[in-house]
Amino acid sequence: MSLDSAPVLEAKNISVEFGGLKAVEDVSFEIPDRSVVSLIGPNGAGKTTFFNVLTGLYKPTSGFVIYNGEDITGVVPHVIAAKGVARTFQNIRLFGLMTAEENVMVAMHSHLKAGIIGTIIGSPLQRREEREAREEARALLSFVGIGKTAPEFARNLSYGDQRRLEVARALALRPKVLLLDEPTAGMNPQESAVFVDFVHKVRDEKNLAILLIEHDMSVVMKVSERITVLDRGMKIAEGSPADIKSNPRVIEAYLGKSAEVNK
Amino acid sequence: MSIITRKKSGSKRRKVPASQRTWSIGFLTLAIAVYIFYTYIVPHTPDGFQSQIQTWFPPSALNEALVWVIAALGLNIVVGYAGLLDLGFVAFWAIGGYTAGWFMSGFFYQLNIHFGSESPKTFPGIHLSFWIVLLLGALICAFFGILIGAPTLRLKSDYLAIVTLGFGEIIPQVFVNGENIHGFNLSNGTKGISPVDNIGLFGKRLGPFDLNYKYMIFVFMAALMVFISLRLRSGRLGRAWLAIREDELAASMMGVPLMKTKLSAYAVGAISGGLAGVAYATHVNGIFAERFQFSISIILLAMVVLGGMGNVWGVMVGALLIAWVNSTGLPALGNEINSTFNTNINFPSYTFLIFGGLLILMMLFRREGILPESRLKMVLHENDDDVDNEAPHKNISEEEAL
Repeated sequence: MSLDSAPVLEAKNISVEFGGLKAVEDVSFEIPDRSVVSLIGPNGAGKTTFFNVLTGLYKPTSGFVIYNGEDITGVVPHVIAAKGVARTFQNIRLFGLMTAEENVMVAMHSHLKAGIIGTIIGSPLQRREEREAREEARALLSFVGIGKTAPEFARNLSYGDQRRLEVARALALRPKVLLLDEPTAGMNPQESAVFVDFVHKVRDEKNLAILLIEHDMSVVMKVSERITVLDRGMKIAEGSPADIKSNPRVIEAYLGKSAEVNK
Repeated sequence: MSIITRKKSGSKRRKVPASQRTWSIGFLTLAIAVYIFYTYIVPHTPDGFQSQIQTWFPPSALNEALVWVIAALGLNIVVGYAGLLDLGFVAFWAIGGYTAGWFMSGFFYQLNIHFGSESPKTFPGIHLSFWIVLLLGALICAFFGILIGAPTLRLKSDYLAIVTLGFGEIIPQVFVNGENIHGFNLSNGTKGISPVDNIGLFGKRLGPFDLNYKYMIFVFMAALMVFISLRLRSGRLGRAWLAIREDELAASMMGVPLMKTKLSAYAVGAISGGLAGVAYATHVNGIFAERFQFSISIILLAMVVLGGMGNVWGVMVGALLIAWVNSTGLPALGNEINSTFNTNINFPSYTFLIFGGLLILMMLFRREGILPESRLKMVLHENDDDVDNEAPHKNISEEEAL
């Protein structure tokens, strides 16, 4: 376990308000390097909003986001992405009319250097860069287990393969943190079980930290080293899967008060 | 199945899809064939045939169509690749045209600058070589592309279209009214700038009637734009453009800087608009402010959509076709009909009616354009799969019935 290592991404007292609505209220949160941590909570708890703050899509009303010791609060999304915070989307957002390979190569944009002139004249540097990028993309596709789909349009892939392609695309950013927004949505129990191993494989082989938003509790309990629970924008609990399972406030948030009484 | 073979060819040399190569060879062959036809064959044919050619396919119409091709290819980068709806492309055409007016005519008669031009040294004004002016036109248009794009490209879809429409109106108006800007004559107003210098080619001055030489130059420019489009499309920038077209938010989350990428699409598009403007100025031998109308933007857009958005060859076919219909096809057809039926209908005045009808028909029956980009075709014909699947069954049942 790597929970003791220094945090690679850190959120300090994050609050997000939309008009009068407080979507996230004073949430502090750490993702230790090379850990797998989860963010759970009932619908509307502010999980995705929090995600969007980490990736720069929303600017928090107050609080800071620290990545690798650097303040990235309010930095534009593409810069944060290029620094190494990658994400997938709850409802798959691939570039449907581009091939799987191209999808992955888009995410290499910030690593590639070829300019307009270099691309037009096809300079040796640009050619080599393209070749290497293509090879890397193929390798990433194989890594997530969909190597054969490289020349196919993303929109033609099966649902499961699209989910995998999203991960491959995110990995092409060479991230230090990978944020997965409900990655098992729409998967059956067998697929979800395979997914747990996949998450650990990604973490171990790509040396990165993973933050999950997840609804499937069996997945969350198996995959996470630490779980943070949000409810109505506030952090109500944090700890190991075993702690969270028995935490009365968490049970209350999910099932309501009477459920605990019945128990 | 084809992964192994792809990998092999990919690692050895740059991957050029076979169809692109076929198209490129086809384009060059056709261009040369047309040249030979007009230069060596037509003069030796009977007069009747020559006059038919003059009526239906005059060489000047061909040259003008090529100018449209150059501009349409630029708009294709903006609209077809990056998905930014631009309704004011005429602005760049106008700026390119006036660049030619400023730098290769006697317009600035106070000056006497000659460089690389074939016009006599005694002529006042700025006379630069056509090739330098092309470069200047490209640079100036790229600059204005960025200048116009920087504030507008933050807008999305419909809003962007409206604002570009505004700029497409503003810039030609500036030229129309630019006769006296605090005493400075920018554009000579509605009188326009004429004549523009002849193109110098290897020490030869091309007069207004050296159409075959101009044809070669315009073909070369169109080929250059095709080359640039294809190269950029297959590279890092092209992927980013397509990604923005597909899903802007996802693209930015994958490290694609939206503004910079959109601006580069706009600038490259503007460059080709500038090239077309310079070419057009030499083609009509002058620049006339009232020609830069909104309809040019719309016709260019129609060329891109009709031909097949995102596919350079489709756009080229669309541009050639529409330009021909506009300049010769319709008037010639009209004359034919008028003389046959003894009527007196002014067909060219119905251009837009026919145009609109054509577009509606296209959108009803072939939305993806004449030569679509394979990607677009897939989306627009997604539901046809059912029909295709049913077809074989139908055949079988027919056979059984027999």
